[in-house]
Amino acid sequence: MSRAALAPGMIDETDRKILNALQEGFPLSPRPFAAAAAPLGLTEDGLITRIARLREIGAITRFGPFYDAEAMGGAFCLCAMEVPEGRFDAVVTLVNDMPEVAHNYERAHRLNMWFVLACEKPEGIEAAARRIEGATKLQVRCFPKEREYFIGFRIRA
Amino acid sequence: MTLDSIDRRLIAATATGLPLVVDPYAEIGRRLDLPESEVIDRLSALQARGIVRRIAIAPNHYALGMTANGMSVWDVDDDVVDDLGAIVGALPFVSHCYRRPRHRPDWCYNLFAMLHGGSRDEVEAKRREVAALLGDACRANEILYSTRILKKTGMRLTGVG
Repeated sequence: MSRAALAPGMIDETDRKILNALQEGFPLSPRPFAAAAAPLGLTEDGLITRIARLREIGAITRFGPFYDAEAMGGAFCLCAMEVPEGRFDAVVTLVNDMPEVAHNYERAHRLNMWFVLACEKPEGIEAAARRIEGATKLQVRCFPKEREYFIGFRIRA
Repeated sequence: MTLDSIDRRLIAATATGLPLVVDPYAEIGRRLDLPESEVIDRLSALQARGIVRRIAIAPNHYALGMTANGMSVWDVDDDVVDDLGAIVGALPFVSHCYRRPRHRPDWCYNLFAMLHGGSRDEVEAKRREVAALLGDACRANEILYSTRILKKTGMRLTGVG
């Protein structure tokens, strides 16, 4: 996914309408593009062409079903470590080498390394955290999700 | 939650999204040798079970100018954290919102909310907005900005075959 903003003029008003409307949902019916196109004043083919282009220029990261990874049986946990500055790069290598580490970010804080462990089973999380502690000799703090709140995140395109 | 082998094949077949054809569910069915109606019924059942959260477009928020973000963390009264968490999560500029355990004495924060904006200043303004919303129920907050992506891999779904 590109982290750069699109150049001005890359998307027009119709593209913005599509992005705003289809963030809310896409029909689960035999001719979903036709159903979604009508209220936007577009044709079925017109909508498909525009979505294809939006995907091509990187304005869309995903189009389709969003799956709840945990509901599918995976286990995830946010973890953080306080890594001494002089050891940071060496610890990055050790942590990133672990296949269970999905994302890893450096953050400006005393706890300066934040990563997500992804395992098939919940038991795997604790074991992976202990292995990272063993490899790095640093404490791994686990921040498991205790409750997830409904997300209203929307981009006004 | 159990998924049968057809559900897993369906999930794998849509892992990169829906095909851009007039009948995308029929197209998935053709790839999996399933009737369109079964694809639709199964996706609908998965949605009812919360395994499919929604079927939609996810705009690339960076591409659309939301280039700044920070992980805000809040120390909120346990009695009200769930009520307030629901309100914070519903804000349009919050992309993730969770209650997580404290690690006292070093870490007093129990509410995590990822804030997005067009600039660092805008993110800070949103942080103030959240602070005002939480009011006296919140004792302290911080925001952690990422300075580097060290690793980013897609989520892998195992057991699909």
